[in-house]
Amino acid sequence: MTDLAFVRSDLVDAKPPPHRTSGAWAWAQKNLFATPLDTLLTVLGILFLLWVVPPIYNFFIGHAVGPNGTVEECRMETAGACWAYISSEMEFFIYGFYDIPEHWRPNIVFALGALLFIPLLMPKVPFKRTNAVLFLFVYPIVSYYLLAGGVFGLKPMPTEKWGGLLVTLIISVVGITLSFPIGIVLALGRQSKMPVIKTLCIGFIELVRAVPLISVLFMASIMLPLFMPQGMTIDKLLRALVGVTLFTSAYMAEVVRGGLQAIPRGQYEAGASLGLGYWQRMYFIILPQALKHVIPGIVNSFIALFKDTSLVYIVGMKDLLEAVKTKNDTALEWQSANTATTGYLFAAMVFWVFCFGMSRYSIFMERRLNTGYKR
Amino acid sequence: MTTLDTGPAAAPRVSFFNDPVIRGIIYQVVVAGLLIAFIVWIVGNTAANLAAQNKTTGFDFLWKTAGFDISFSLFPWSRASFYWEAFLVGITNTLLVAFIGIVLATMLGFTIGIARLSSNFIVSRLATVYVETIRNIPLLLQLFFWYFAVLKAMPSVRESILLPFDSFINQRGIFVPRPMPDEQFGFVWIGVALAILAIIALRFWAKKRLEATGRRFPVFLSSVALLIVLPGLVWFASGASVAFEPPVLERFNFKGGIQLPPEFVALLFGLSIYTASFIAETVRAGIQAVNKGQTEAAQSLGLKEGDRLRLVIVPQAMRVIIPPLTSQYLNLTKNSSLGAAIGYPELVNVFAGTALNQTGRAIECIALTMLVYLIFSLLTSVIMNWYNARVSLVER
Repeated sequence: MTDLAFVRSDLVDAKPPPHRTSGAWAWAQKNLFATPLDTLLTVLGILFLLWVVPPIYNFFIGHAVGPNGTVEECRMETAGACWAYISSEMEFFIYGFYDIPEHWRPNIVFALGALLFIPLLMPKVPFKRTNAVLFLFVYPIVSYYLLAGGVFGLKPMPTEKWGGLLVTLIISVVGITLSFPIGIVLALGRQSKMPVIKTLCIGFIELVRAVPLISVLFMASIMLPLFMPQGMTIDKLLRALVGVTLFTSAYMAEVVRGGLQAIPRGQYEAGASLGLGYWQRMYFIILPQALKHVIPGIVNSFIALFKDTSLVYIVGMKDLLEAVKTKNDTALEWQSANTATTGYLFAAMVFWVFCFGMSRYSIFMERRLNTGYKR
Repeated sequence: MTTLDTGPAAAPRVSFFNDPVIRGIIYQVVVAGLLIAFIVWIVGNTAANLAAQNKTTGFDFLWKTAGFDISFSLFPWSRASFYWEAFLVGITNTLLVAFIGIVLATMLGFTIGIARLSSNFIVSRLATVYVETIRNIPLLLQLFFWYFAVLKAMPSVRESILLPFDSFINQRGIFVPRPMPDEQFGFVWIGVALAILAIIALRFWAKKRLEATGRRFPVFLSSVALLIVLPGLVWFASGASVAFEPPVLERFNFKGGIQLPPEFVALLFGLSIYTASFIAETVRAGIQAVNKGQTEAAQSLGLKEGDRLRLVIVPQAMRVIIPPLTSQYLNLTKNSSLGAAIGYPELVNVFAGTALNQTGRAIECIALTMLVYLIFSLLTSVIMNWYNARVSLVER
């Protein structure tokens, strides 16, 4: 029976120490050349980079025509991106058809917005409540009158003239600040025990989520005027805002619902047993926990909204992308092989910076609020 | 000493309005009333507006001749066709680009998603750069880029660029040879069908044998072999052949072959590349959601690397991946409506655009368009609910 058991009587020889576990070479061995397949992938990857990076570098910087260049340089056979075109049309890309002598007004709006919004994002800055009230209630009114004019001797400026980055930012900021509360209300309505309210909320959310934004905007642009009493016209910017806000709030509602469902029943019951009313319970107990769970989803909806603002050309607004496209198609004095490409790349970079910034900020916030769930 | 009054407490005097049941009813009546008033107001306004513009309503226009051109359709279209045919052309064009886009985006997305988890530094960084760049740029902008900056900037027809396999690319799109199978080729399809039947039988048998003896049969490799060998044999035996009709440059344009219009190509590229970045993130999250202990447990059971992935990791990851993946497919289908911006004749472009402008029946056209997307969405969610019920964890 002993032949089934094996007992080693002498020690195994000690293995040699690992060759190197730190330093550049060890890192490369672990991350680049761990197996033959890895080595092959690394070589292919480097070849790919060598194939892709130099042309990109040359297009963007190497052979590009700087901001002070001329159109003749852009038209040369070897020229890369035509940054001169961007710098000469920059005003149009930012303000659209807004009268040039009045550009100080949007500038003040931009500056005020940055001044109020950036402290709001930084957790350490005090006076959050005052700041939020200023940003959410005072700032929109001031900005509207500053931009539209017609009061205090400011020249009236119809919204048809607004354009470029200004419109992109207005639609996304207004859309974000409005769709968030509407989304929360819709999500709460969807959880409600009252059948009429529940059905309404589910119907709205599912209907809006089922159709593409482009058809919602078509509807806002063509059917909204039909729905209004005769003789009443709705501003184009307002149509875009209504469309984008309603669309995003349906998505926001689903995100918030995910958070609400993650809250254990005990929290609702604990709130009720403290004698809190429905809204108090939601405001003090449920929503703070629920929203914390779904920050990534909320920010993803914001990013989607920011990208979706590029669709408002359907209602006839000239947002950043539409402004760039207009100039690409009509600025004959800048026509060259790379003009359109440069324009789109510029717009892409602007959109990218905003969206990437938002996603990084959400990661930062998530880490900061991740108290008590850390493992 | 105080005594506690433990007798039956009198029912608390609650005011009429504080009774939750009554209050709930009041709220609902108020909301429903407001909604009905709102709808009545809107319907009244619309009727008045339509009457003022001398417009009629109704779906009778669907049986009138459309009288406009559609640049790309899968079945014959002429100006004499009816509006309901235009509706069908729109739907099929949407489904065509969505279907091919889904296939391409899935392949690209899974590749990139797995690459992001690679232990190889360069591979994972390249995948990260791809995802973070593409995800943060609006789809419409990418479509404009592909359409206006890349495809429309191609050389003119006379200076077409020659691609491999007798294909050409120029301003008017991509021209590829058209396969012309002869009559014998039908037998090859029969061969394919036979191979598929054989594979199903083989799997069944292999599973039986595995359960009986514990010995594994290389099902996947033999399936691939069957799928190649059987139709191949039929091909040779029947003497079938496929001729390719290459596109030939004539005076003004290419003759023969298949023309893929630039709108279609740009939309397909844009949709696939954009959606792939989201699918990649879904795949990455799904694989990461599988606990590391599962890999270790599989190792300790003595499963080989391939079996570990196939039997333990992938089934669990798929449970996490499939629901968001389907919603990405649905997003791709909805996003195909952006083809309207670059002139691809899909549903929104044909029906909510051209047909609406021609007939002026705004409400009917938009309602029909939305109804189609609503049906897509409902079908997807029905299938999803069925799938979720099937794969969800059965907990004690």
